[in-house]
Amino acid sequence: MNSLGDFVLVSAMLFGIGIYGLVTKRNALRLLFAVEIMINAANLNFIAFGQYAPFAGGAATVSNALGQTFVLFSIALAAAEAAVILAIVVVAYRLHQDVDVSELKSMGG
Amino acid sequence: MMVVTVGSAIVALEAEEIVYGAIGLAGSLFGVATLFFLLNAPYVAVFQIAVYIGAVAVLILFTVMLVRQEKWAKEVKPKSLTRVAGILTGLAITIALALAVFAANISGLVNLSNSATYVDIGQLISTSDSPVLELLALVLAASVVAALTLSKVERREEQR
Repeated sequence: MNSLGDFVLVSAMLFGIGIYGLVTKRNALRLLFAVEIMINAANLNFIAFGQYAPFAGGAATVSNALGQTFVLFSIALAAAEAAVILAIVVVAYRLHQDVDVSELKSMGG
Repeated sequence: MMVVTVGSAIVALEAEEIVYGAIGLAGSLFGVATLFFLLNAPYVAVFQIAVYIGAVAVLILFTVMLVRQEKWAKEVKPKSLTRVAGILTGLAITIALALAVFAANISGLVNLSNSATYVDIGQLISTSDSPVLELLALVLAASVVAALTLSKVERREEQR
């Protein structure tokens, strides 16, 4: 527990679950869930590899903060993406009465 | 905690009711936040809880519950062949990623005792990463405008 390998393993499992969701699900909201899970897997990798380094001290502190900074940006981007996708889903539902992405042949409205 | 994180992610995708799926997603995001705490990143962990669970998960829940009708519950079951293919793909990618990382001899990496402070993060954001910050501000503003425009078009449709 709590070694770098564990965190990387959890990240890989989350990414695999996200891929599984993207492949099998046809509901637009489930696809959004899958994408969010995959984004979180990537963020977890950033933080984990920022905390672990080949050597301790010195310049390693900078790379540590860099990983966390990237994750902050990534979280903000994911929030914006979720807002836009939810708006699209609501509009698609109003237009087509359905959120099944295989039924949405045209988004022209 | 890792079991909770992965288990909630599976619940998020496999729950019958999509509302329970949204709650499972929130649980998974919370699990990732606790992993951030374990990795000496409390600032990012609190940010994750505030933004993801406070905003995104609640936004999804409200969207699901406010606009929910019978059709939302009726979800097309994927064919068993698709499901098996999906499980195989996910497993293969998980195993490939894990093998690739463990083949890189990560045991040579040590846990840094000194973690990044708020000052470090703030300095990075406001100096070398400031173009990213400004670009991110533009993207956020654009996404807000896009969401508002989409919902405005929809309201005009209603009035017709």
